Amino acid sequence: MRKDVFQGTLGALIAFTVLAGICVLLAVNWASLGLFLTAFLAVLGLLSAAYLFRMVGRAATGNAPFFRDMPFGVAFGYVLAAVLVVFGVWYFFQPTDTDGVPRAGVIFFRWAVQGFLIFAVAAFLFRLLGRSVGTEGSRKLFRSMPLTAAFGILIILIYAVVSIFAGVIAPYGQEEILGAANIVPGGNPAIGGNPDYPLGTDQIGRDILSRLIFGAQNTVGIAFVTTCLAFLLGGTLGFLAATLGGWLDQLLSRMVDALMAIPALIFALLLITIATAWAGSASWQVTIYMILIIAVIDSTRVFRLSRAVGQNIVVMDYIEAAKLRGEGLPYLIFREMLPNAYAPLLAEFGLRFCFVFLTIASLSFLGVGIQPPLADWGTMVRDLSQFINFAAFAPNVAVAPLLAAGAIALLTVAVNFVVDWMLHKSSGLKE
Amino acid sequence: MQRLLLGLVTLFVVSIIIFVAVNALPGDFAEAILGQGATPEAVNAIREQLGLNQNAVTRYFSWLAGAIRGDLGVPLSQALFAGNFGTTAVGTDVTTVVDQIIPRLKNTLFLAGVSAAISVPLAVTLGVLTALYRNTAFDKSMNVTTLSAISSPEFFIAYILILFLAVLNPVFPSLSNIFPGMEFSERLTRTMLPALTLTLAVTAQMMRMTRAAIINLLASPYIEMARLKGLSPMRVIVKHALPNALAPIITVIALNLAFLVTGVVVVEVVFVYPGIGQLFVDSVKIRDIPVVQACCLIFAAVYILLNLTADILSIISNPRLRHPK
Repeated sequence: MRKDVFQGTLGALIAFTVLAGICVLLAVNWASLGLFLTAFLAVLGLLSAAYLFRMVGRAATGNAPFFRDMPFGVAFGYVLAAVLVVFGVWYFFQPTDTDGVPRAGVIFFRWAVQGFLIFAVAAFLFRLLGRSVGTEGSRKLFRSMPLTAAFGILIILIYAVVSIFAGVIAPYGQEEILGAANIVPGGNPAIGGNPDYPLGTDQIGRDILSRLIFGAQNTVGIAFVTTCLAFLLGGTLGFLAATLGGWLDQLLSRMVDALMAIPALIFALLLITIATAWAGSASWQVTIYMILIIAVIDSTRVFRLSRAVGQNIVVMDYIEAAKLRGEGLPYLIFREMLPNAYAPLLAEFGLRFCFVFLTIASLSFLGVGIQPPLADWGTMVRDLSQFINFAAFAPNVAVAPLLAAGAIALLTVAVNFVVDWMLHKSSGLKE
Repeated sequence: MQRLLLGLVTLFVVSIIIFVAVNALPGDFAEAILGQGATPEAVNAIREQLGLNQNAVTRYFSWLAGAIRGDLGVPLSQALFAGNFGTTAVGTDVTTVVDQIIPRLKNTLFLAGVSAAISVPLAVTLGVLTALYRNTAFDKSMNVTTLSAISSPEFFIAYILILFLAVLNPVFPSLSNIFPGMEFSERLTRTMLPALTLTLAVTAQMMRMTRAAIINLLASPYIEMARLKGLSPMRVIVKHALPNALAPIITVIALNLAFLVTGVVVVEVVFVYPGIGQLFVDSVKIRDIPVVQACCLIFAAVYILLNLTADILSIISNPRLRHPK
């Protein structure tokens, strides 16, 4: 009885969702009826292909356990993956233009696949290198590392080198206005490129490659400084609250609770408005305010974590022993607590850096973060965003804004991959 | 009941923080806005307009009382205008902050509603599927995809979507210029791209939480029992694990809905969507303090309200918390 009720409810729910979806689609556009029918037939075809695949597999292998115990969903997954791979390969080898008109979809798909493959191979080689070179400890670390984490570490290293040596690597200065504006990326003179400027120039003739490289220095550097400040503030106060307890702990915790009830980006915007209205809005001032404001806002999150971690450590016997030995507060915090709170704090540092970095990029994108003439990725995306509308007939032009946005995404993805691996490793989870 | 009270107290404290942040500046605020070359008349008019000649506590309570009555003052642009002509804007037919905010708040709620309607079912379904097929190629590729989606900035996702769904294949318009009196279907089409961007931004988080919450439970004895009874994996997860994992799932859904309402700022700017986020950013740029203050209060209120809802729902969904011993 209950089984029937359950299955009936589930079925009704699914049917209702599908019907609602169809109604919404039709409400949007009657022309999507054809699209919907095609999709329906495609799904039906895939379902029957999956059934057929499993049946043929059972017959061909004499009912081998692999096929015998295969749920229908898994069979469907295999067929779907196969279809996607075949379609991808077919689409990849389509001609890039028809009668001189570029097919932007194919071109973008090729770039995406090539980029993906290059990164995958680079990460694999990097992991191989790490496994054979270095100390015993580092080699052991690389042996247990998934490919995504190797990719993350590689990207972080590259960004660090580029941002430290930006002045040496970049071919031109970040504020330098060169000869021609709006040179197309790609360096192909036939479509308006110039080999001197491999990624083209922007509307007022600044080299995009140089600005991207200096952007690494400015954006990543500022985000790093801000995160360090947030950790200094939040970490110190958090450990103090955990060690001393009492009214200090209560006061700080309630303050942090109140501050955390306001969404971070909104609060940052409010404070930046006030700061600029109050003390002038020269570009370097705005940048300093932004660093301080974001550091304070993010330090509340760091405070929460370091207080929680600290409270767990403070009740340990070795802290009791150190207290009985008559050690002072600095010794307790730096020599006893900090080494034991290392792993969660390091993971938090990675995540916090991502948040700060994204907040700064968003603020710059909104025009209240890092100010021109400093090159910055968020500002570059906003300035170049109009080019994206040319994608259909000039794919190269549309790349410019995506490059800066992609540079932001690549770093945060890389950091997240590494943090994910570290958390997985330290938690010892198998599933 | 206690939670409700706590939420109200938090809201009260937040309003104090916002007020203090705006008003605790050294020097006179009116002069700061108008700059060096302000005439004394203009400064006085602004002062009178903002009630700056009263003391801070009085101002706070009159602002709070006004906010509760739905009167959030007059935008600075209007006040400035009035100040320059030596009149006060009160009494004449000016747009108040509330007049500016209400229609835009409706638009933002519509956008958030559409994205929630897409993302919540999608996230829960994907979460259940990844928990069911954990540690397979499907699960791992979903893991990489969601991690990338979480960590990409919203404007990157937005421009990628514009590139593929508006420029290369013109399915949806890339500018969401909606206005009152628009047909619902037209409105939905124009809202679709920002809604999809927000969906991508929040689905990943919800999906990962759903997966983690379910997998956490899989070691429990009653799950073992259900397996030993010979139930199918799908049934074990949907019938036995999911109801017990509801509390963390509801919490993360409510948190992400809060993010939907507050994280719209960037998305609205990209798509020129006339919502409250766009108004907020524009006001920040021209330093229109009353509007910024009001928007901030509304965002914070929504945020606190949704967090409160999450608390209450997770209590309701757990019988052990519903009937404490």
